[in-house]
Amino acid sequence: MRPNRALEIGTGLFVLLGFAALFFLTTQLPGSGIQVGGPAGYSVTARFDNVGDLKAGSPVTMAGVRIGRVAGIAFDPTDFKAVVTLDIDRRYDTIPDDSDASIQTAGLLGGKYVGIGPGGSDTWLHDGSTIEFTQSAIVLESLINKFFANFAGSRSSNDAPAAKEDATP
Amino acid sequence: MSVVPARDGPITTILRRIGAVVVFLASILAQCVPALARPRLIVHQIYNAGARSLIIIMLCGLFVGMVLGLQGFDLLQRFGSEDALGVAAALGLLKELGPVVTALLFAGRAGTALTSEIGLMRATDQLTAMQMMAADPMRLIVAPRFLGGVVAMPLLVAIFNMIGLFGAQLVGVQLMGVDTGAFWSQMQAAVELNDVQEGFIKSVVFGTACSLVAVYEGYHTEPTAAGVGLATTRTVVTSSVLTLLLDYILTAAFL
Repeated sequence: MRPNRALEIGTGLFVLLGFAALFFLTTQLPGSGIQVGGPAGYSVTARFDNVGDLKAGSPVTMAGVRIGRVAGIAFDPTDFKAVVTLDIDRRYDTIPDDSDASIQTAGLLGGKYVGIGPGGSDTWLHDGSTIEFTQSAIVLESLINKFFANFAGSRSSNDAPAAKEDATP
Repeated sequence: MSVVPARDGPITTILRRIGAVVVFLASILAQCVPALARPRLIVHQIYNAGARSLIIIMLCGLFVGMVLGLQGFDLLQRFGSEDALGVAAALGLLKELGPVVTALLFAGRAGTALTSEIGLMRATDQLTAMQMMAADPMRLIVAPRFLGGVVAMPLLVAIFNMIGLFGAQLVGVQLMGVDTGAFWSQMQAAVELNDVQEGFIKSVVFGTACSLVAVYEGYHTEPTAAGVGLATTRTVVTSSVLTLLLDYILTAAFL
């Protein structure tokens, strides 16, 4: 068969496209790779005792409105805390620097996000500053554990005298 | 031994057909290595099976992804977890919809073309003529077409998945207002390499099955005009059923 330029270009294009798609699916889909949007704002760090399943890319909100996203999460081995880098939109540059950050859950099954509550200071957060007041993620399992521990404790203290009464006669 | 051959019952017919397909697969595989000596033939078939199916695959991928975004959003919204839309769309596409829908489209688009092409060669005695010239049609006609289909299929599935994800993102994020970061970050957190691998293995198996059925039906066409039509129909029916059957078996094996 004689060489056919268009055919070979078409095939090459198809194979290249296919492998590019395959490459994307295998490398970018699992794990964290894509940067959605750019670093469009200034970064602020916050230290949490526990970030739960907060992920890089999760939203950062204030009064329920998204003002940025989580740029990265790292672990600090000196004080055993999670260092969360927040990328906040430049438009919102008048957030008081004594604001507090808490990790919250969207809905019962939804993802985690960082909610920022405003403070009362006259100085603003700027690039590189740290949010001092943080509240960790509520881990549902430990909450349930605590509840059942209390529940069982109160039950057994109620039951104990009753059992004694039954036993004495 | 009687002169009149024994008539096959329905079960024997099915068994014979399965046996014939397996024997045919073995003889193709035996010719695959010699067929590699003529890469241009295979490239031509990758073009026929792959590049020419690209438009329909991309179009269908877009719509499947968009519908997935719409339906997934409606379903997840009832549980208040629209953020998981990315995960639902990605896993649905990678593991099921991508390989299966692409295989069904492949059977309809490329499989029928293969069958009718080879079938017409059979009907017009071109295959016999090649054998008379000591040119093995298995090596020159069948093996390159089979290999072309096997190579093209996983690439088509990958493209389908990409476009599908784009479609789901289009509807979920742009139209329905799911947060972009949540869409991608939850997807990346939940999808594992195993899921991608499962889809890839499925696509290779479906590609092999669909290509095999297409070349088998073409090669064994009854050499009449009606025979070619019948063979083409049988390609679509057999490929589709086989794809869905294999899909169930593979899914059960992977879970």
